[in-house]
Amino acid sequence: MIISQLPVLQVILPLAAAPLCAILHHRILAWALTLLVSLISLCFSYMLLNQVLIEDTITYAMGGWVAPWGIEYYIDKLTAYMLLIVNGITVLVLLGAREIVESDIASDRIYLFYTAFLLNLTGLLGVITTGDAFNLFVFIEIASLSSYAMISLGRDKRSLYAAFKYLIFGTVGASFILISVGLLYVVTGTLNIADLSQQLTNTENTPTITTAFVFFIIGIGIKAAIFPLHLWLPDAYTYSPSIVSTFLAGTTTKVFIYVLIRFIYSLYGYEFSFFTESFHYLLMLSASGAILYGSYLAIKQDSLKRILAYSSIAQIGYMVLGIALITELGLMASLVHILNHAFIKVGLFLAVTAIIYSYNTDSIEKLAGIAKTSPFIFALFIISGLSLIGAPLTSGFISKWYLIKASLEADYWIFVSIIVISSVMAIIYIGRIIETAYFKPSVKQTATLDLDKKRPYLLFLSLVVISFINIYFGIETSLNVDMASQIANELINK
Amino acid sequence: MDILSSFNYWVVIILMMIGFYIIIANNNLVKKIIGINIFQTSIFIMFISMGKVVDGTAPILNDLNTLYSSPLPHVLILTAIVVGISTTALGLAIIIRIHTAFGTIEDDKIQQEIK
Amino acid sequence: MNSQLLILAALLLPVVGVLFISLTKKNINLRETSTLIVSMALIYVVYSLLPDVLNGVYPELYLFNVTSGLSIHFQIEPLGMLFACVASFLWFINSIYSIGYMRTNEYKNQTRFYIYFALAISSTIGIAFSANLFTLFIFYEFLTLTTYPLVTHKETDEAKRAGRIYLGILLATSICLFLPAIIWTYHLTGTINFTPGGVFDGHQEPTVIVILLIIFVYGIGKAALMPVHRWLPSAMVAPTPVSALLHAVAVVKAGVFSVVKIIIYIFSPALLSDTIDVNILLYLAGTTILIASIIALRSDNLKRRLAYSTISQLSYVILATALLVPISIAGAVLHILVHAFGKITLFFAAGSIYTTTKKTEVSQLNGIGKSMPWTMLAFAIGSLSMIGIPPTAGFLSKWFILQGALNIQSWFAVSIIVISTLLNAAYFLPIIYIAFFRDSGIKNDQGYHESPFPIVFAVFSTACITVILFFFPEIPLQLIRLLIGADI
Repeated sequence: MIISQLPVLQVILPLAAAPLCAILHHRILAWALTLLVSLISLCFSYMLLNQVLIEDTITYAMGGWVAPWGIEYYIDKLTAYMLLIVNGITVLVLLGAREIVESDIASDRIYLFYTAFLLNLTGLLGVITTGDAFNLFVFIEIASLSSYAMISLGRDKRSLYAAFKYLIFGTVGASFILISVGLLYVVTGTLNIADLSQQLTNTENTPTITTAFVFFIIGIGIKAAIFPLHLWLPDAYTYSPSIVSTFLAGTTTKVFIYVLIRFIYSLYGYEFSFFTESFHYLLMLSASGAILYGSYLAIKQDSLKRILAYSSIAQIGYMVLGIALITELGLMASLVHILNHAFIKVGLFLAVTAIIYSYNTDSIEKLAGIAKTSPFIFALFIISGLSLIGAPLTSGFISKWYLIKASLEADYWIFVSIIVISSVMAIIYIGRIIETAYFKPSVKQTATLDLDKKRPYLLFLSLVVISFINIYFGIETSLNVDMASQIANELINK
Repeated sequence: MDILSSFNYWVVIILMMIGFYIIIANNNLVKKIIGINIFQTSIFIMFISMGKVVDGTAPILNDLNTLYSSPLPHVLILTAIVVGISTTALGLAIIIRIHTAFGTIEDDKIQQEIK
Repeated sequence: MNSQLLILAALLLPVVGVLFISLTKKNINLRETSTLIVSMALIYVVYSLLPDVLNGVYPELYLFNVTSGLSIHFQIEPLGMLFACVASFLWFINSIYSIGYMRTNEYKNQTRFYIYFALAISSTIGIAFSANLFTLFIFYEFLTLTTYPLVTHKETDEAKRAGRIYLGILLATSICLFLPAIIWTYHLTGTINFTPGGVFDGHQEPTVIVILLIIFVYGIGKAALMPVHRWLPSAMVAPTPVSALLHAVAVVKAGVFSVVKIIIYIFSPALLSDTIDVNILLYLAGTTILIASIIALRSDNLKRRLAYSTISQLSYVILATALLVPISIAGAVLHILVHAFGKITLFFAAGSIYTTTKKTEVSQLNGIGKSMPWTMLAFAIGSLSMIGIPPTAGFLSKWFILQGALNIQSWFAVSIIVISTLLNAAYFLPIIYIAFFRDSGIKNDQGYHESPFPIVFAVFSTACITVILFFFPEIPLQLIRLLIGADI
């Protein structure tokens, strides 16, 4: 019985848990509840994956109203893939979250933080599972609003301004998406994504459809921080509480890239998006800009979280690049990188979170020589760092291998050089952190270990698991690579 | 189609541009929120005006009429209005906290303070 | 013992050694014993594989598939066998030397030194035994990463700067050039396995092949072809055992080994000489040889002179391989072996001089032959091997290379070899002369004052081997015959 209700359970579970969390009013119970919910949610997504592998697609009509009148949840392999990623990241982040949150957020607000977290999770899971365009907009907004709230809870007062800026940007973006949905509705009379795609193939190409397309791309571009619409990201990641940065870095932007992929391939269809509109050139420009700009700026920062934020912008550029190559291999490379980067970035952010928690500072300059006092954290940082650079036997290498292969296959030598140059830049900014931590001698201004705080053992556990995952997916790639190539195949050849 | 028959679209576009301009150009944070509201209102108007069927009545089932305007846009916009209100509420709450922390809600002064 | 187990053992033994070294770090004698025992065990394991290879049986070990087309796969063929034998043997000798050197000079963090040394050797074995470009690339990168802590061992500002140059050049070249070249090869041919006869089927355009070859050669920064050679002189800031490792045992050898292996098993000399004009590689190597020799001539710092000598000797190997005839390739491979022993002797001697007298410049070496006769005798033998004078093994490899050059009438190569031999003599012979025949000019000269026994033992053994190889080159030659498939 559960199996048939799985699609909706996946979304309703965190949604129902949120008010429960608000009622609970207790900071430790709130964390426990959130962790429990995310674990169950992970089980659900695993069960959904198994189902999808057998049945190919699952549709679930909300309230029994059949599409196209009712809202429909649509699960295919891409959906299951994304669900696993989001839930997996959530569990890993929440595992070590308790002490970190207690030190970062005022204790009378902690239960509210977890409530917002659950709502964010609801929103993200809803975005992934829904098959209705307007429902998509609603869930996007649920996720975004709760993330604005979470970001504003940071210690630094700049987090408020960062949250506000993100709010403005994000709302404009979501409104653009709403306009696009509206225009599509005018043209076709339906809101169901599968139905929309069918209707669109039957209608002629009018300026309305093109306008809807453009609005959607810009709206999703703002949300997914695609260069040059990324301006909200650095501040939002830097000033928000560390756990929030970790979670957002691993989920939000990936989910919105998923929406982009879904929109381009499932809704508008391959031929229209790329050949009629030929906007893949624009995507290529944007991707190259993101990769070079993000990597370059990451080199010059002093704040650890800021480096990782700019690095994320560059990595999102990689994902967009794979899509922009308009080949099946390119799409597959993007999908592989979505998974790999989620775990790499969360691994790096977890290590940075541990450092900030233990040393009360974010600045590299003040962290000279601390590798001696925290060898464990840094060893794991190095593993995730190597994966970001793309060292062989880590998951990052697999992503780069496929991206370069896809670029070669599409005869775009320029992208090979861009990917390779940005890898060298990644070596520089990760190397800077490692060099300062290991080699520079501790001086007076160096931060010292805050001995009042308890060691965050569960966080260490998450770090170990993620480092293991980063290496595992570099060696045993059948899980993500095979899945990604199947998905790419289906999406392009539908 | 002449200008007059598509005047609803003109209203939408004008409001949208006004709202957008306010968001970008105005310094005061509260006014930016107002700009967002105007922007979103224009979108609502677009949706609802599209749902109107010529000679159709309000979409409430009764025995006298057979032609109704489409109810779907109304439903969608109700949802969107709720979303808009939540956004406004959250934005204003953040502004209050900004005011407590920075002492001002003028964008340029806050940026100066951050530097 | 099963040869697959032997391959696995060869790769894992140094790692096991790391465990023992770190466990025994409190008792330095036990720790040093761990290193020595593990290195002896490694020699045993590696040399057990030798009979199979000499009989033409090439054991292989397929570990796993990472993704389509990429797998971790080992296969021992003659070139790899030769390299592994050299590396494992020299690890043992170098360990003996290190014990004497590190203790006498009272270096800190010696445990870290021995640990990363062992890991570097493990990476080297991995490079030697790799069966495809992906495995080679993995262990090549591991070698860079594990030698970085060794280069920056002293932790001074100068060491950190050198470490940055080292890491920067090697990682940049391997990621920007080597990796794309590998992927491009896979893209063109669908495989990256080392195959006798090469993987190209002759359908590619000649320009593509030449460009790919150049990208490979520059991408393998460890081969120190100019202008990516800059890391080598910078790395001289490391302790002498590390310099010896870099120059003789592992790093540069891994570089030229990779170049030779790629030319033989990916491109194949037949393909290159039939269809393409690879003289460009010849010119690049030749230029490097000359410029490096001239810089060596003008360097007063002994280690710097040896560093540039290495750069020019490495390009000998590349030059010889670029001649593409069997006998010159034989010379190239023999030179890998010969230069390893010769250069390690020279570095050991330089370190010995530094340990006992703290002298680092050539101009300070007057009369030192009287106080350190064993060291300087070994230095003399090593120098003769570099120049190529019998009865040192250097003569053999140079003879083969020269024959190859004459064979295809490459007057460019011949003149390069002749001129550089003269230059070699010009910067090595004076050292020997002033060491033995000049007066040290120090009052109250104490006479005989040699370095501690481990150092002297190590330096003299490698010098002796250099001579022994001249008289008994049969086993290396047999491996080389199998490699090039011809009779020499």
